[in-house]
Amino acid sequence: MKVKMQTRGLDVFYGEKQALQSVDLEIHANEVTALIGPSGCGKSTYLRCLNRMNDVVPGCRVSGDVTLDGRDIYDSKLDVVKLRARVGMVFQKPNPFPKSIYENVAYGPRIHGIARTKSDLDELVRQSLRKAGLLEEVESRLDESGTSLSGGQQQRLCIARAIAVSPEVILMDEPCSALDPIATARVEELIDELREQFTIVIVTHSMQQAARVSQRTAFFHLGSLVEVGETGKIFTNPAEKRTQDYITGRFG
Amino acid sequence: MDVIGWLWLGLPLLAGAAYWLGQRQALALTDGGRVEIHSLPQHYGQLVLVWAALPPLLILFAWLVIGSTLVDAYTVAAVESSGLLTEGQSASAIVVDVHTGMAEIDGADASPAHGAAQAAIARARGMFGIALAALVAVAGGAGLAYARRRITPELRARNQVERILTAGLMACSIVAIVTTIGIVLSLFFEAIRFFELTSPIEFFFGTEWSPQTAMRSDQVGSSGRFGAVPVFAGTLLITSIAMSIAIPVGLMSAIYLAFYAGSATRIWVKPVLEIIAGIPTVVWGSFAALTLGPKIRGFGEVVGLDVASESALAAGIAMGVMIIPFVSSLSDDALNAVPRSLREGSLAMGATDSETIRRVILPAALPGIVGAFLLAISRAVGETMIVVMAAGLAANLTANPFAAVTTVTVQIVTLLVGDQEFDSAKTLAAFALGLTLFFVTLGLNLVALTVVRRYREQYE
Amino acid sequence: MSSDGAGRPERREEVEERADRRLRRRYASERAFRTAGLVAIAFSLSALGALLGSIVLDATGALTVHSVRLELDLDPAQLDPYGDRSPDSLASGNAAAVLRSGLASEFPEVTGRSEKRALGELLSVGASYDLLDRIVAEPELLGSRLEFRALLSDDADLALRGETEEGVDEADRKLSGAQQAWLASLSERGRIENHWNLRFLTTGDSRDPEIAGVQGAIRGSFLTLIVTLLLSFPLGVAAAIYLEEFAPRNRLTDLIEVNINNLAAVPSIVFGLLGLAVFLNVFGLPRSAPLVGGMVLGLMTLPTVIIAARAALSAVPPSIREAALGVGASPTQAVLHHVVPQALPGILTGTIIGMARALGETAPLLMIGMVAFIVDLPTGPTDPSTVLPVQIYLWAEAPERAFAARTAAAILVLLGFLVTMNSVAVWVRRRFESRV
Repeated sequence: MKVKMQTRGLDVFYGEKQALQSVDLEIHANEVTALIGPSGCGKSTYLRCLNRMNDVVPGCRVSGDVTLDGRDIYDSKLDVVKLRARVGMVFQKPNPFPKSIYENVAYGPRIHGIARTKSDLDELVRQSLRKAGLLEEVESRLDESGTSLSGGQQQRLCIARAIAVSPEVILMDEPCSALDPIATARVEELIDELREQFTIVIVTHSMQQAARVSQRTAFFHLGSLVEVGETGKIFTNPAEKRTQDYITGRFG
Repeated sequence: MDVIGWLWLGLPLLAGAAYWLGQRQALALTDGGRVEIHSLPQHYGQLVLVWAALPPLLILFAWLVIGSTLVDAYTVAAVESSGLLTEGQSASAIVVDVHTGMAEIDGADASPAHGAAQAAIARARGMFGIALAALVAVAGGAGLAYARRRITPELRARNQVERILTAGLMACSIVAIVTTIGIVLSLFFEAIRFFELTSPIEFFFGTEWSPQTAMRSDQVGSSGRFGAVPVFAGTLLITSIAMSIAIPVGLMSAIYLAFYAGSATRIWVKPVLEIIAGIPTVVWGSFAALTLGPKIRGFGEVVGLDVASESALAAGIAMGVMIIPFVSSLSDDALNAVPRSLREGSLAMGATDSETIRRVILPAALPGIVGAFLLAISRAVGETMIVVMAAGLAANLTANPFAAVTTVTVQIVTLLVGDQEFDSAKTLAAFALGLTLFFVTLGLNLVALTVVRRYREQYE
Repeated sequence: MSSDGAGRPERREEVEERADRRLRRRYASERAFRTAGLVAIAFSLSALGALLGSIVLDATGALTVHSVRLELDLDPAQLDPYGDRSPDSLASGNAAAVLRSGLASEFPEVTGRSEKRALGELLSVGASYDLLDRIVAEPELLGSRLEFRALLSDDADLALRGETEEGVDEADRKLSGAQQAWLASLSERGRIENHWNLRFLTTGDSRDPEIAGVQGAIRGSFLTLIVTLLLSFPLGVAAAIYLEEFAPRNRLTDLIEVNINNLAAVPSIVFGLLGLAVFLNVFGLPRSAPLVGGMVLGLMTLPTVIIAARAALSAVPPSIREAALGVGASPTQAVLHHVVPQALPGILTGTIIGMARALGETAPLLMIGMVAFIVDLPTGPTDPSTVLPVQIYLWAEAPERAFAARTAAAILVLLGFLVTMNSVAVWVRRRFESRV
């Protein structure tokens, strides 16, 4: 298995408070890696380190190595704009821009100058919507506002928006927590399909979801990585007692 | 001090006495704790206080409003019937003289009629004062007696006091509506009188404004011209200059402070911008007139431009700077109302800060920002001192920022300051301008407040 | 991954190169945008700096005034016309003549009648007032010789500050060549003194810039603000309590709300028109009086006070209301005994800020005649008077050059009051915040 991203000795501080302690983790290419753990365990913080979204948070300090294809992404020579084009992100609450469906998906290609002609862009938008499984539902109303869609459709629109710039890795921060079960099932199916093309890291509070969609699972607790391994093994035969307690519902 | 002054002073005494009586009577009812009364004794006291003091208070307020009119009416009648009026004297003019201290010259009456007027005013004050004192005594005494008769153990004194209090509070909140009605009515009636002298068509579409020549009402039409288009155009020109400074600078300041500046910078820059907003307009006016105007004129001479000493540019620039903090703080509110998730969503796509702001945040905040601009325009249109001091009086119909123009507010001030004769078209024209100004700013404010409120609801 | 198709690496490089070029452009526009923001802020700050700088610079001309030290013969015939040393007699003495002859004795060569008059014009009328005050206070000085500091006129003062009248025709100059020579001579002999202009803070307005002061305007502002406060504070707080705590949600209260928000944005001059049409013409209240000015400003400030008081009331946590109701207080008692005291600091802060705005307001006061030229200090709310901002306006419009410095100095006084008021507001807010 190829290692797509890797962190070594990753520490994160918010002001004085340490949010992550010395996390060593490998993200394998073309797999879904699930990050689980109780609220406040640092899994979202970890995720946001992978495309440097923590830069936006005032007072946040990151130390340790984070590499993408073996290159340090916190290297001052590396461009954060380029990094984020390679490592996309989908958020907990669907956040389509208050623009048309078409413009939402075209946003990334436009700013990065990916499509050269209008017809290229049209094709790219349709292709991204198709990959996100949304094209059939919205084909006739691409000019309508993205905010007029249902919650599940909005989240798939956000996924389409993220994949329109052909990222290599997609980070998903509890993408289904604001969705109903049917929409959740739809998104989970989609994640499984996207795995062929992209490397996916997903934070989830639902252990069932982690078990359903991921190949590898990492368990975080109190800012540390407790255990990581194949999903099947973590859920049936974890090495650590704390993991066992968490997945059997003794705390969390 | 006259009788009325004593009445005002006596009112708190009456109130205190009423409270004390009511409370003591209620206390007596309890019979040393053997009888249960509905409310605390002080509630009975408060109730008696209201009954005793409110009617006199209302009477005194009514006197405040109509008193001087009554005295003047009596005096005018007395002077007219005294037979002391000489040729060319009018009783109402003499009354005005008495009020402005012109009735006596070196300690002697200016004319026999002036003496009679002074005597009549003193007489009227004494007479009305005694009548008022009697009325107040009767009303207060009756209220006191009635309230004391009502005191029984079952009387729900606290509930009644609270109901009266709530009604009083509501009356206070209605003052705001009364003020608006007062503004509309006072502007409206004077404006109607103006439009009886000058047709609204000439006023709103005429292009010649020269009110100063119409010194008397019978000259209207022959020499005074009230075509307000140049005045409106001047207002528009200065407002445009001000907005072309305030809007870009205010908006960019808000953007920089919200997205780029570190918290240390924000902490000191924001209060400094508030200082600009807190500087009185008369100070900006004197800056524009004494410093900026001559500088611009000097600059114009250097580059060979013909700049009026009271150019629209000087007034417009000062006004624009004054409005910057207003635009910036309202834009800041609008920008901050955009959910953070949109910003993060865009940044996570690999957009730069400026791309995020221009392509996502500004479009999302647009209604709020437009509302802010409209409020700023309304401020600029109604701003008075800067233009009074730095813009001119010449009603030129021009778009040249170096020329002198005049504005609605300048004209209102010029027409009303100084000697006024209240029936001349010249003074009444100020009210027509005021009415126009009121409705234009009201329209801008209503649209702006509605837009801003809708916008806030959208993200709540 | 090793499944890259043939020819793809080349395409990828091409794309990369294009993306790099694009990226540089994007960063350039990012920097430009950011710089535009900085420039905007720098513009506002430098405008403020220019304003304050020019005011301080101009005001220096009014901080001090020039006087000339003269040896005066206190001739009883001139200074005690009735000969009985009564205050009446002393107050009607011809101090100007004494001063003129004192100055003339410095220049024995000046003999012509018109020349002597020109010499006398160097002195301010303020010097006569000062001398009369001195004689009334110390009648025993009569008949003796007195070294006296006599205030110079505004034009002499400006000339001594080095403000030349170059470019003005000889005939139109305020000071003739002879007058300038006399001044230079006095200066050479060390007779000229430059001293603090304390009179500026203690007297009322005057036609003569060198003796004009802001005391009358300060008193007028004070009286006006008292009336404004008495009107807008109780009414505003009562209205806010009603709207925030008792009002049912219906169309009337909606109307009041919209109305208050709009009233807050009505141009101030419109309130002046209201005052003129209603308070002066209908009620017949006196023109130029702080009473009417205060009433107009009170109505203007009312929406500000209401909005601030409502914000303060709504910031009180509902738990306090519930706790009071829980121990059996009526809703009225809960509000008056518990909610309002909690909100009071916030209400006070809003009121002070509203008062500060009223203090700087000019336009509506012009409408009700507070622009009159008033020398006497007002003592009550119905005395004709002016206020600080109107005084600034009047002096800014005055033709005498020396009034420019007075304008700036009066602005400093006004800004001083505003800074004090706002600091008090900030202090109240800080205390409030630290308590909660």
